[in-house]
Amino acid sequence: MTRLRNLLRLLVVVLCLAVAMPMASPAFAVQPDEVLDDPALENRARELSKGLRCVVCQNESIDESNADLARELRLVVRERLVVGDSDEQVLDYLVARYGEFVLLKPRTDGWNMILWLSGPALFLLALGVGVVYVRGRASAAAPTEVGLSDDEAARLKEILKNS
Amino acid sequence: MKPACDNVNTPKLRNTLAVNSVGPILCPMVTELGHFALILAFLVAIVQSIVPLVGAHKRWPGWMAVAEPAATVQFLLTAFAFAALTYAFVTSDFSLRLVWLNSHSAKPMIYKISGVWGNHEGSMLLWVLILTLFGAMAAWFGKGLPPTLRARVLAVQSAVAVAFFAFIIFTSNPFLRLVVPPFDGQDLNPLLQDPGLAFHPPFLYLGYVGLSICFSFAVAALIEGRVDAAWGRWVRPWTLAAWVFLTIGIALGSWWAYYELGWGGFWFWDPVENASFMPWLLAAALLHSAIVVEKREALKSWTILLAILAFGFSLIGTFIVRSGLLTSVHAFANDPERGVFILMIMVFFTGGALTLYAFRATAMEAKGVFGVASRESALVANNVILAVSCFVVFVGTMWPVVAEMFFDTKLSVGAPFFNMAFTPFMVVLGLLLPLGSMLSWKRAKVDRAIKQLVPGFILSVLLLGLFWTMQTGTSLLGPVGVFLAAWVISGAVVDLINRTGQTRDLSRLLRLPRSDWGKATAHIGFGITMVGIAGLMAWQEEDIRVAQIGEPFQVGDFELELTAVNQVRGPNYFSTMGDVIVRSDGEQIAFLNPEKRNYPVAQMPTTEAAIDYRFLRDIYVVIGDPQDNGGWVMRTYVKPLANWIWAGALLMSLGGVLSLTDRRYRVAAGARRQATPQGVPAE
Repeated sequence: MTRLRNLLRLLVVVLCLAVAMPMASPAFAVQPDEVLDDPALENRARELSKGLRCVVCQNESIDESNADLARELRLVVRERLVVGDSDEQVLDYLVARYGEFVLLKPRTDGWNMILWLSGPALFLLALGVGVVYVRGRASAAAPTEVGLSDDEAARLKEILKNS
Repeated sequence: MKPACDNVNTPKLRNTLAVNSVGPILCPMVTELGHFALILAFLVAIVQSIVPLVGAHKRWPGWMAVAEPAATVQFLLTAFAFAALTYAFVTSDFSLRLVWLNSHSAKPMIYKISGVWGNHEGSMLLWVLILTLFGAMAAWFGKGLPPTLRARVLAVQSAVAVAFFAFIIFTSNPFLRLVVPPFDGQDLNPLLQDPGLAFHPPFLYLGYVGLSICFSFAVAALIEGRVDAAWGRWVRPWTLAAWVFLTIGIALGSWWAYYELGWGGFWFWDPVENASFMPWLLAAALLHSAIVVEKREALKSWTILLAILAFGFSLIGTFIVRSGLLTSVHAFANDPERGVFILMIMVFFTGGALTLYAFRATAMEAKGVFGVASRESALVANNVILAVSCFVVFVGTMWPVVAEMFFDTKLSVGAPFFNMAFTPFMVVLGLLLPLGSMLSWKRAKVDRAIKQLVPGFILSVLLLGLFWTMQTGTSLLGPVGVFLAAWVISGAVVDLINRTGQTRDLSRLLRLPRSDWGKATAHIGFGITMVGIAGLMAWQEEDIRVAQIGEPFQVGDFELELTAVNQVRGPNYFSTMGDVIVRSDGEQIAFLNPEKRNYPVAQMPTTEAAIDYRFLRDIYVVIGDPQDNGGWVMRTYVKPLANWIWAGALLMSLGGVLSLTDRRYRVAAGARRQATPQGVPAE
C-alpha cells in the first residue's frame, strides 16, 4: 500500500513539474514585433543574437530559441543597439549580467587562448612531424625483405605441394 | 488494439484468457525469454573473450575454434532479446517500465517500432545488437584470416561486447517490470515521432560500432606484433563500411534537424553531433591511411593508432550522449552512474589499447620508400588535416568542462567558434585534394599533374569571380564555396580521365576498377557538400512577418499567400495547419501546409515546417501564433543549394559503396585460401 502511495506521490510530483515547466511557445524565435525598423540595426542585432547563448536552453542561440528568456535577451540586445551601443558594448553589457556563459564564441583572452591556439599549434606540430616522416622515407634505404613467418612458410609449402 | 499483457497477472484471469487466445500468454513469456537471452549472450561473450585468446597464445586450435560459433550464438541471442523488446513495444505491454515510459497505445505502428531505440535502454540494446552483428560477420567473412589473428580479433570484439552487456544488464536493463502495470503509456517525445528516428540512429550505430572491428583488428595485430599489406587489406573494407554508415547516419540526422526543428538549421555543433562527427573524421583519415598500408606498407603504426582512436572517439561519443556531462538537445539519459560506467569502459579499452600500442608500435617497421612528392605524402597531408580538424572539434567540445574544472569559469563554446576554427582546415583540404589525388605512388611528377589541373583551376577561378560579382554583399563564403566545389569536382573528373591511360580512350572509363569510380564519386560528393553548406549559409533569405489571410507578400523572387488556417486532428495530436500558395511570376508553383502540432499526452508542441524542395533552392515555410489583429506569424526562408548538402553526403557514401564492391575485395573473398601472406599484387 505504501508502495502505491509512493508511486502516486511521485506521479503528482511529475504532473506538477510538467505543468509548471515553462511551456515554450510552439512557434519560433524572432517574432515580428521584435524586428527593428532600421534594417542595418536589425542586421547587427541578428548577427549578435547568433553568437549569444540562450542561458536556460540546451546549447541554442537566442536567435534560434523560442524560450521566454531568449526573447527578453533579444529585446535587450535591440534596446542597447537603439541607444547607440557598439557591438562590443552590447556583449560586455550581457557578459556583466550573465557571465561568459552567454557567449557562444569564447573570448580570446586568458586561458581561452589555449582553446583558440591548440588547433593551429597542433597543426604546425603535425605538419612538422609529417614532413620529417616523409623526408625520412624518401632518404631511407630500401629495407631487406622480411621473410615469411613460420606458419606462413609452412602454409606456402603446403600450397605449393598441392598445386 | 490488442489487450495489453498486464491484465494477465491474476491467475484466474490468465486461465480464462488462455482458453481464448495464445497471444496474451505468449507476450510476458517472450519478454522474459528475451531477458534470459540477453543474460545468456553476456555469458557467451565472456567465454568468447577469454578462450580464443588463450587458444591463440598457446596455439591450441580447438580453443581458437570456439570463437566462430560463439560469435554466431552471441548475435542470435542478442537478436532474440531485441526482437522480444520490439514485441513488447508493438503489443503495448505496459508492464514493462520502458514501454510505459516511451510508448502509448494510440501511437502509430512505425513509431511503436522505432520507439524501441528512441530511449536510452533500447538504444543501448540496439548498440550491442550491432556490435554482435559485426562480430558475427567478422567470424563469417574472416575465414581466410590466419587462425591466430582471427581468434584474437573475435576475442577482442567480444571483450567490448562483455563490457556493454554488463552496462545494459546492471545499469540500463530494458526488461524491468512494473509491479502495477499502468493503463496506458506516457508516449514518446513528439520530436522523435518522425521517420527520421526510424533510420538515423541505426545507421549512426552501424557506423560507430562498425569501427569496433577496426579496433579489434588493431589490437589483435598489436598482440600478434605483425602488420603487413594483408592486414591493411582486411581492415579497409570494415573501415569503409563503417564510414559509409556513419556518413549516411550523420546526413540523415542533419536532414531531420533541417525539416523538424523549425528554422532550417542543419548543423548546430552540438556536443552530440560533434560526438558523431569526430569518429567520422578519423574514419575518413583511417580509410585513407589504410590504403598506404595496403599498397605501400608504410604508415603502419600510425594506421593502428588511428584505428584505436576512431573507436575510442565512438566510445567518447557514447559517453557524451549518455552521461549528461555536456548539456545538449539530444541528451535523453542524464544519469551520472551510467556515465561513470561508460567512462570506465572507455578508459579501459582506449587506455589499454594505447598502452599496448606504446609497447608494441615500434615493432612495426615501415617498408615502402617514397619521394617527397608522391601519393604517400599526399595521404600523409590528408591524415594530418583530418586528424587535426578532429582534434579542434574535440577541444571545442570539451573546453566548457575543462574551463569549469580547472579555471572555475562557466563558458560556452558554440557554432561561431567551430565555424571559425574548423572551416579553414576543410578549405585547405579542398585546395590540396585534387593535386594530391593525382600524384602517383612512390615518386610523382608534380609539374605534370599541375599541368593537367590548370583548365579546372581557371574554370574554378572564373566561377569564383562570377559569383562574387553576382551576389549582393561582400561575403567571401559563397564564392569560395563555389570555387572549392568546382576545383574538387574538376580535379576528380581529370583524375578519372587520367586513369584511362595515355590514349585518352574514354570508352575505357567504364572498365576502370570500381575503386577508381568510388574515389571520384566520393570526392565529388565532398565538393558538392561544401558548396551546399557555403551557399546555404551565404545566400539564405529570411522573412518574418504577420501574414493576413488572403494578402500576398513577397519573399525574394517569390510571392506567398496564406489562404486559410484549419484545425486538423492527427492520430495522437492536434494540428493547426496553414494553407500557403507559393507563386513565381504570377504562376502557382507550390502549395504548402506548415503545421503547428500539440501532443496532448506528452504535453509538447512541435512545429512542422512545410518545404518545397527544388534542385537549386528550397522554400521553407513555418507558421506560428495567431495575432490579436487576425493575422498569423509566418516565417519564410529561401534556402539556396540546401539539398546539395545531403546529396553530397549521399554521393560520398555511394563512393564508399563502389570502393567496397571493388574487384580486389570481391576476389579476395573467393581467393583467400591461396592468398600469399605478402600478397598485394601491384595494380
